Amino acid sequence: MKVLETGNHLVALAVRAAGVEVVPAYPITPQTQVVEKIADLIDQGKMDAEYIPVESEHSACAALIAASLTGVRAFSATSSHGLAYMHEMLHFAAGLRTPVVMVNVNRSLGPGWNIWCDHQDSISARDTGWMQVYVSSHQETVDTVIQAFRIAEDHDVMLPIMVNLDAFVISHTYMDAIVPEPEEVSEFLPRYRPLWALDTRLPVTHGSVVYPSEFSETRQSMQQSQTRAIGVIKEAATRFGELFGRHHGDMVDYYRLDDAEYVIVSMGSLAAETMISIDAMREKGIKVGLLRVRFFRPFPVAELQELCRGRKSILVIDRNYSYGLAGVLYTELKAALYGLSDTPVRNLIVGLGGRDVSNELIAEKAMESFEGKLGEITWGDTQITKAHVVTRELLERFQELYNKK
Amino acid sequence: MLEIRFHGRGGQGAVTSAELIATAAIGKGKFAQAFPSFGPERRGAPVVAFCRVDDKKILIRAKVYEPDVVVILDPGLLTLINPVEGLKDNGIIIINTRKSYEEIMDSCHFSCRVGIVNADQIAREELGRVIVNTTMLGAVMKATGLLEVDDIREAMLNRFGPKLGEKNMKALARAYNELTIKE
Repeated sequence: MKVLETGNHLVALAVRAAGVEVVPAYPITPQTQVVEKIADLIDQGKMDAEYIPVESEHSACAALIAASLTGVRAFSATSSHGLAYMHEMLHFAAGLRTPVVMVNVNRSLGPGWNIWCDHQDSISARDTGWMQVYVSSHQETVDTVIQAFRIAEDHDVMLPIMVNLDAFVISHTYMDAIVPEPEEVSEFLPRYRPLWALDTRLPVTHGSVVYPSEFSETRQSMQQSQTRAIGVIKEAATRFGELFGRHHGDMVDYYRLDDAEYVIVSMGSLAAETMISIDAMREKGIKVGLLRVRFFRPFPVAELQELCRGRKSILVIDRNYSYGLAGVLYTELKAALYGLSDTPVRNLIVGLGGRDVSNELIAEKAMESFEGKLGEITWGDTQITKAHVVTRELLERFQELYNKK
Repeated sequence: MLEIRFHGRGGQGAVTSAELIATAAIGKGKFAQAFPSFGPERRGAPVVAFCRVDDKKILIRAKVYEPDVVVILDPGLLTLINPVEGLKDNGIIIINTRKSYEEIMDSCHFSCRVGIVNADQIAREELGRVIVNTTMLGAVMKATGLLEVDDIREAMLNRFGPKLGEKNMKALARAYNELTIKE
């Protein structure tokens, strides 16, 4: 059915379509609408699932893991500080190999207190063992949530997935999307069949001490699962396309890339905006294309190596920052391309804390970068304002105070 | 692409206005987007909501900076903000007001097209309360030619139920007919 809904409500409807059985959740802006809508659907008898209100995000993730371990399909949603608060449990979810799906509505981390979009929250959870996918549209949100369960639950994978969508730009914006009914999804996503579960008929202990003599192998096996997931992700995208007629890319997606001399690389909703920039630049005769990273973990190394080959210049847009170095997609892409070519790769940092990023700004900065006018790393939309000056003046007053004998 | 910006106060239903237009538009096979000004909102404080309608898939994710249409739900906002900021050259501002065009122009000096409708009075008579977010949609539809009155009926009835939905439709239809536009 085609509906006009917020990205958050579409997540809830997709979770219903996916036949999720347990939802432990704790609300946080800008994710609250997700769990609110799920609670509504359950209350109205439109969704047959157990909703567990918990007292914190740490508990939400703990309950999510526990539910999954009993052999049911489990889902939760969070954002920003909530994701940070459950960080310890993120490692547990991956280490215990629970195939849970969690939506993270990408929001900055404070202070300064800010509820708007950037990717700092999920990027900071990069090394937890979770798979991470970033979506750029409302329809892709619906379709990716459904595909995520199939990927995570594949017995060759058995790792959790984080589906990341941009705060407000997707989460609170109403757009049209098609939402399948549960019975339409069941062929693509049959009922969850656990590889193993907590089962009184075969009682086993989990999460006990693993000595140095056995530990590294458990971690190596997580990496091997991440590698195997690449094939599963591609197969899921293809099969979904066959059944529903919609395909949003798999590890990556791209636009007007075939003959492109220049490439802009980005993730999330900025990539949709970038498509408009690409059209505008193409009209001026610039052969430029978009390469959108969908899966950030597993990282699409082979795809990026293939699609970046023979280009004149590459600009990576990051909506996050690894302090002391650079934007994270940029450093990851450079690592993937290391030693393969001498194509210049540059980094544009924009849209932190929800600053609006227009297609005009992207096109302008991309042109400057491709013409070699930008340095390696450019903060593309910063400007000192009166508010910043006030802070500086305040600091001077403090210094006066402390310098008095 | 048609871009609309609604100005109201928190609680007046500006977001619902944007959502209803978008729902009706997708019912006609168009593509649409509706969103609030992002962030925390307070009842009574000035708020904006946006709506985009196009014949093809909408890729733009940024805010609306240069609307084709500005809708003022609360006339008290006219002097608090610059309501025509960014309005396209051939754009129109549609105002809920009991004042005449001349009285409006005394204080505002708009150089664009101006649409006027007394939505407060219509809503009071048809709905029994001065909530104008649905009423004003009639004026928007008339001014833009985007939709006919009946195109929005299903969205309205789904939203408000048959009884209240039809009352809102009646108010909307009156605003459609009672809008006056000065070039």
